[in-house]
Amino acid sequence: MSDHIVSAFSGELEGLSADLLRMGGLTEAMITDACSAVTTSNRPLAKTVVEQDKTVDALEADIEKRITRLLALRQPLASDLRTVLAAFKVSSDLERIGDLSKNIARRTLDLDPAESIESLKGVPRMGRAVSLQLQAVLDAYSRNDAEQAKRVWAADDDIDQHYNSLFRETLTYMMEDPRTISAGAHLMFIAKNLERIGDHCTNIAEVIFYQVTGEYMPADERPKTPLIGA
Amino acid sequence: MSDQPSVSPKVSCKGVDVFYGDQQVIHNVSMDIADRAVTAFIGPSGCGKSTFLRCINRMNDTIEGARVEGLVEIDGENVNAQGIDPVTIRSRVGMVFQKPNPFPKSIYDNVAYGPRIHGLVRDQMDLDEIVERSLVRAGLWDEVSDRLDSPGTSLSSGQQQRLCIARAIAVGPEIILMDEPCSALDPIATARIEALIDDLRQRFCIVVITHSMQQAARVSQTTAFFHDGRLIEHGETEMIFTNPADTRTQDYITGRFG
Repeated sequence: MSDHIVSAFSGELEGLSADLLRMGGLTEAMITDACSAVTTSNRPLAKTVVEQDKTVDALEADIEKRITRLLALRQPLASDLRTVLAAFKVSSDLERIGDLSKNIARRTLDLDPAESIESLKGVPRMGRAVSLQLQAVLDAYSRNDAEQAKRVWAADDDIDQHYNSLFRETLTYMMEDPRTISAGAHLMFIAKNLERIGDHCTNIAEVIFYQVTGEYMPADERPKTPLIGA
Repeated sequence: MSDQPSVSPKVSCKGVDVFYGDQQVIHNVSMDIADRAVTAFIGPSGCGKSTFLRCINRMNDTIEGARVEGLVEIDGENVNAQGIDPVTIRSRVGMVFQKPNPFPKSIYDNVAYGPRIHGLVRDQMDLDEIVERSLVRAGLWDEVSDRLDSPGTSLSSGQQQRLCIARAIAVGPEIILMDEPCSALDPIATARIEALIDDLRQRFCIVVITHSMQQAARVSQTTAFFHDGRLIEHGETEMIFTNPADTRTQDYITGRFG
């Protein structure tokens, strides 16, 4: 697409998407670090994740301010309007992803390494799957790729299945050995947080689809596994 | 939300071409314009939107060397057919221009002028009633009812524009064409005209030419985008401003070409 006659406007839109991608990169690392911290009882790493969330929050606040300004001063229309609305929603989803990752990291500080539970080993695997979803959706965002967004959206079902199997496995350990109940409860929250991050990725995918095509993703086409305890 | 345009169009144009001498300025434009709705014409300067607007009330007749081909119908009646008096057409189609142009007469006489020359009134009471009703509908009555004898030119430009709208509706038109009616007005006066347009669409078929995308978005239910004498895209205003189908429309309304 050609540039705006007022080139500062193009610059502002590009700046917005660059900062969103920066925010996305940060949250992506936070997911991986949080999962790694919690499974290896790495407290310093967990604290880093908690600190990083502040940066993500600040980025979101800044993006929100710039969007308000852009709406007031540029009054974007058509694809520009969709770009700005999308940025607004994506930044709030990324901010939530940051919060959820922080929540996972914090459990490292609460978990007693002596009371570990076997199914904790499944966390990095699910974390990797979720982080790949985020990576793929950010990639779709940077390339304005509606098809890729749709693939990410459809793949959320895998995350839900991950969640169900981790939930079941943990429950089994907890029933077999009551000493694992405390760790198991934390683990169930961790799995739930990861599952929620997956949902935010599908939100972002829907927003990208709208930004690029101007149409809403058909809501009823997605394969959906019922979540345990949902 | 946009209202659904009524089923049968008030104005129907098919394959309209307009020439100024040898130069073709409108190319094969076909469009239906809904009754009791506002249609906005947008497009860069010189794209032909004013020329096309003037086909509806045969104003191009007054331009030397201008020639209109194709079909323009109001309620199914060909406005260019032989034996049709352009004066009759123009009494059915009111027009409001960019610069308010009140006659150098009193406020009262500005509005009374049309009904008088078209012989629409029997007596003074009749005329008083039309003048009051028109000024009320134009949202001006409360501001001028105590000084109807003052010259129209003594009003502020926003009031003058509403006076011109009152003058246009005094003769009981069915269609009102507005060619950039707010471009000379401040934001408050503009808001009043826009509120008035929204009010008037209950009774009239309204076409507004505007260079303000925001204004087109605010006042119209349907938007038509013209470029280089061609109708590029015509559809629901909401769609045009959120998800236009044509990249030229997209580029124009987002400020990518002029």
